[in-house]
Amino acid sequence: MTNDTPVSELSFEAAMTELEKVVGQLENGQVPLEESIALYQRGAELKKHCEAKLKAAEEKVAQITLDGEGNPAGLKPVEGL
Amino acid sequence: MDLFEDDAPGQNAPEFTVSELSGAVKRMVEGEFSHIRIRGEIGRVSWPRSGHVYLDLKDDKSVLASVIWKGVVSRLPTRPEEGLEVIATGRLTTFPGQSKYQMVIEDMRPAGVGALMAMLEARKKKLEGEGLFDPARKRPLPYLPEIIGVVTSPSGAVIRDILHRLRDRFPRKVLIWPVAVQGEKCAPEVARAIEGFNRMTPGGAMPRPDVLIVARGGGSIEDLWGFNEEIVARAAAASDIPLISAVGHETDTTLIDFVSDRRAPTPTAAAEIAVPVRTELMYALDDYAARLGRGMSRALDLRGQRLRDLSRALPRPERLVENARQRLDFASERLPSALRRNVDARRLRLSEAAGSLRPGTLRRAIQSEAQRAERLAARLAPAESRLIAARRDALNARAARLRPEALSAELSRQTTELARLTQRLSDAQKRNETQRQDRLDASARLLETLSYHRTLDRGYAVVRSDNNVITSAAAAKTAGALEIEFADGRIQIGGAAKPTKKTKDTGPSQGSLF
Repeated sequence: MTNDTPVSELSFEAAMTELEKVVGQLENGQVPLEESIALYQRGAELKKHCEAKLKAAEEKVAQITLDGEGNPAGLKPVEGL
Repeated sequence: MDLFEDDAPGQNAPEFTVSELSGAVKRMVEGEFSHIRIRGEIGRVSWPRSGHVYLDLKDDKSVLASVIWKGVVSRLPTRPEEGLEVIATGRLTTFPGQSKYQMVIEDMRPAGVGALMAMLEARKKKLEGEGLFDPARKRPLPYLPEIIGVVTSPSGAVIRDILHRLRDRFPRKVLIWPVAVQGEKCAPEVARAIEGFNRMTPGGAMPRPDVLIVARGGGSIEDLWGFNEEIVARAAAASDIPLISAVGHETDTTLIDFVSDRRAPTPTAAAEIAVPVRTELMYALDDYAARLGRGMSRALDLRGQRLRDLSRALPRPERLVENARQRLDFASERLPSALRRNVDARRLRLSEAAGSLRPGTLRRAIQSEAQRAERLAARLAPAESRLIAARRDALNARAARLRPEALSAELSRQTTELARLTQRLSDAQKRNETQRQDRLDASARLLETLSYHRTLDRGYAVVRSDNNVITSAAAAKTAGALEIEFADGRIQIGGAAKPTKKTKDTGPSQGSLF
């Protein structure tokens, strides 16, 4: 019943969507006890994963430098914008 | 006038060389048309590698070949394109080597907004016809992109607005690809930037963005024109990375807006579309976490309660076995007597069966069978000789019926029959012979009746000479001796025969009549 994909490989959105589903199933109360426990564990992992993604919100702005022919040559940090 | 009659007209005009005349034309044309302003529709355009642009300006009747030198091309506000109505300024020049003239364009702009809009409509129809505006082509945007690529001018309010709004909502990694956002360079640079972002590899030194924003602030239609160019629209349509377009104000719609995956009314709005609000997500996540815990404990509580309820309803174990124990007692009491009854009944059946089972009975049966066998054996040999005698009698009876008398009687009968048939054959032959003789005689008589002898009987005669029948007087005169046959015989006349002479004598006596 739970998804087999390792939580660490999920995108934020996928993890969030699955967490919502897990919560819904658990609240429903129709799932057997063993499965409830598995669902809870999966839900806890998903929550941790999403939390980590949210905390990793970091701004980093760079501008691409172009060579004479207009091809990207490198990056330079952008500050003060 | 009469005096110059012999001279051809113009005879006294000066003679030019071709180059002199061409040079004169060139001076005149370039002097007369050194600065002109002309309105016309762009016809065929060619872009050779040299960077100069060759094009035709035309109206409904005439065509003017034109050239835009490379340096001028890059300064033009709009890219020359077939079908665009323009006002060009420049000068005329001739090309004496080919007897041609052309216009050198120094500036060219669309002939008013109407001309641009008409061209934009034509482009829209074309791209729409190719299915590039199909809603099915639009890809969903990632919910939370890690890296955002922004194609815009690196200086100015637009990139600042975008970065501010991203910071407010959800700080992300941003890659800015600097481009000119107006003028001739705008379209190729924007197209190149979109293609360049798509060529990057995810997680590389320049990591490939998860979403692109192509942005520009508001401006006149000419300013925004680069985003109406076909190469930009095609690059945006071909982008594998989902693309948000945010060009100009909400009221400005450019061609790229039709092919992008999402159109944002402003650059700020593009940032809002690109990322969710982090704090809202955190609240949502906290809410999920709380509900997860509550859901789990509720599941446990519910089951605990259910367990207690059920265990209360469980009956005492002693009561479960009482009934069974009673049945056991009852049955075990009845077991020994039932066993005894069963044994007695079987023993009775055994003795009944064994009573009739004695050796004497068996012996008697054997003896009687042995006697039967002997009796049958004694009858075996006589039966066999009886059978042989019977067959021999039958054989003798058949042999006795084979007698020679019957054959000899048949033989003598056949002999008699043969003699009889032989007799009949010879009788038939004799009869046959007589019949044939009779038929021969009759035929002979008939022949005689039909022959000329009967004619002779009636007084006719046949005259012959040397055995040939003479039928004419002429033949008779030439013949020597004649023989006349009558019914009763033949006579010879003429020659030596006397009777023949006699007939001759009767002839002249008849002639004496004359």
